[in-house]
Amino acid sequence: MQLTVKLFAYFRDNRFKEQLADYPEGTTVEDIIRSLGIKPDEVGVTMINSRHCSLEKVPAPGDQLAIFPMIGGG
Amino acid sequence: MADKIFRVNMSDLSAKVEAVPEGWMGLGGRGLTSTIVAAEVKPTCHPLGKNNKLVFAPGLLSGTQAANSGRLSCGAKSPLTGTIKESNAGGTSAQMLAKLGVKALIIEGLPADAGKWYSLHLTADGVTIAEETEVIGQGNFAVVQTLNQRLGDKVGVITIGPAGEMKMLGANISIKDPDNHLRSHGRGGLGAVMGSKRIKFISVAPTDQKVAIADPEAFKVAGRTFAKALIDNPISKALGQYGTNVLVNIINESGGLPTRNFTSGQFAGHEAISGETMYDTIVARGGKPKHNCHPGCVINCSQIYADAKGHYKTSGFEYESIWALGADCCVDNLDHIAEADNIMDDLGIDSIETAVAFGVAMEAGVLQFGDGAEVCRMLREEVGKGTPLGRILGNGAGSVGRAYGVTRVPVVKNQAIPAYDPRAIKGIGITYATSTQGADHTMGYTIATNILGVGGKVDPLSKEGQVELSRNLQIATAAIDSTGMCLFVAFAALDDATCLPALIDLLNARYGIHLVADDVTNLGMSILKTERAFNLAAGFTNKDDRLPEFFLEEPIAPHNVVWDISDEAIDSFWNF
Repeated sequence: MQLTVKLFAYFRDNRFKEQLADYPEGTTVEDIIRSLGIKPDEVGVTMINSRHCSLEKVPAPGDQLAIFPMIGGG
Repeated sequence: MADKIFRVNMSDLSAKVEAVPEGWMGLGGRGLTSTIVAAEVKPTCHPLGKNNKLVFAPGLLSGTQAANSGRLSCGAKSPLTGTIKESNAGGTSAQMLAKLGVKALIIEGLPADAGKWYSLHLTADGVTIAEETEVIGQGNFAVVQTLNQRLGDKVGVITIGPAGEMKMLGANISIKDPDNHLRSHGRGGLGAVMGSKRIKFISVAPTDQKVAIADPEAFKVAGRTFAKALIDNPISKALGQYGTNVLVNIINESGGLPTRNFTSGQFAGHEAISGETMYDTIVARGGKPKHNCHPGCVINCSQIYADAKGHYKTSGFEYESIWALGADCCVDNLDHIAEADNIMDDLGIDSIETAVAFGVAMEAGVLQFGDGAEVCRMLREEVGKGTPLGRILGNGAGSVGRAYGVTRVPVVKNQAIPAYDPRAIKGIGITYATSTQGADHTMGYTIATNILGVGGKVDPLSKEGQVELSRNLQIATAAIDSTGMCLFVAFAALDDATCLPALIDLLNARYGIHLVADDVTNLGMSILKTERAFNLAAGFTNKDDRLPEFFLEEPIAPHNVVWDISDEAIDSFWNF
């Protein structure tokens, strides 16, 4: 399945901002995070199509997955 | 040396130093300013008249070695909202005031001669009032420069710019930071209150005095634990690198980034104004990504943003200001936003209120969405010079809406709603509605839990759990705002079990007392109730705790949601 993966803050370092990529059916958010060399415990927030999602979630073809480290502000 | 109350009466130009009343002993920061305003200011008074008082108070831990403890509270009845107000700022003055033994500075009355301007100078012995002529009409940067020359580089400076002199309702009060730049008591028009009292600046004498610590050893131990909790927190790392502006992309992704005067929840130009772009730009131009707004800060969320030639352009370049000029006004150019931010710092005007006012003015057709150059011109030529249009803008978003007949005016209690859309992030809508001080994200930052996954998770689009979330955060915030701590300690306090106990240990060691966690919660509740009682006596009712009508009627993309939390649920906020 084709997904758009978006990375933010220092997760972009030596990786990318946004990438369209093919993943096998059944791939979880956590699988994708690991495939990028990011440790799951460094991840603060994941969203699919602008909704928060768990690491166990399996995206559907065409979804946009956004991966953020732990961040704050205000 | 015991802390004292420094009291200035501008009506007869007298000053005195008083003992701290028993009931105020355990208070500092917001807890103290709100208690004093509630005790001494007639709730129905005109905020710019003789019966209002302007109160400054360093936090309970300000002036100590505790990390991030250098925040100053400023309180009064707000001329923007008509409610009680506490605005909180960094800079060097909180620690200096605490070291001088100033528990609070209370400024009351109005000068008989309305043609004259004055300054206040604070030393450990008291306050000297002097007539001022040299810096009148000057911007804040020039005031700091002049006072550094007149009084020495180490002097603390609390100043108003031309906006405060003109009593614009968006006027702020600026505090000199460690690099001679500015931090601001931004919200609620407190600069207009200082201007009404004809005080251009307050200078604070440097001192070698130290604040007394009841148990120095325990203080040192707790201080180490507390600082470690802040430094080890991963959010501190991101704040140090990207500043608060790291939020642009995540709030945009969530669909809660108010865009084009609150008509959409996502901004096509988000990447250009994001924290990531800002960091890359700062590094490429030789600015400083990390900077502290007050000595002792270990988070360093401020920064020095340089222009294309590598010269200082602005600092303390915050997410909310960048959102307001960026997404809300559709300006996708960080240099224009930085320029506007710098002008607003110099004029001494709130960069949230004023930028949201520009968004409303754009909707009215006063200028075009996206025209950053025109925003800068209007700030300089209209607001800065006090033209009729400049005064309409300088009086805030509500003022622009009234002047031009705009109905989509994002304010609560006449204060502009900041950078998080309450339709798509519902917890923050409860905070905007119920805050004792008009719309203000910092009063109960539900974004932490609604969006960032800090302190648990509450679905931002659900109606469930939002009132309780906002209530708990507003109570905790009122307490933190009393300690002199930067609110960003909350990110560590919410998720690191060592942080809050260490903070309580610091308070106990400083004063030789025995607070437990419940005491801190009770303090927060009591502050909120004191503030609420002032507002009710000023004429506010639960009907004022509502969001503007358009939030209930206009769905916002991409989630196509409206504000749908009932009035009864909002009112249940106060059930504690």
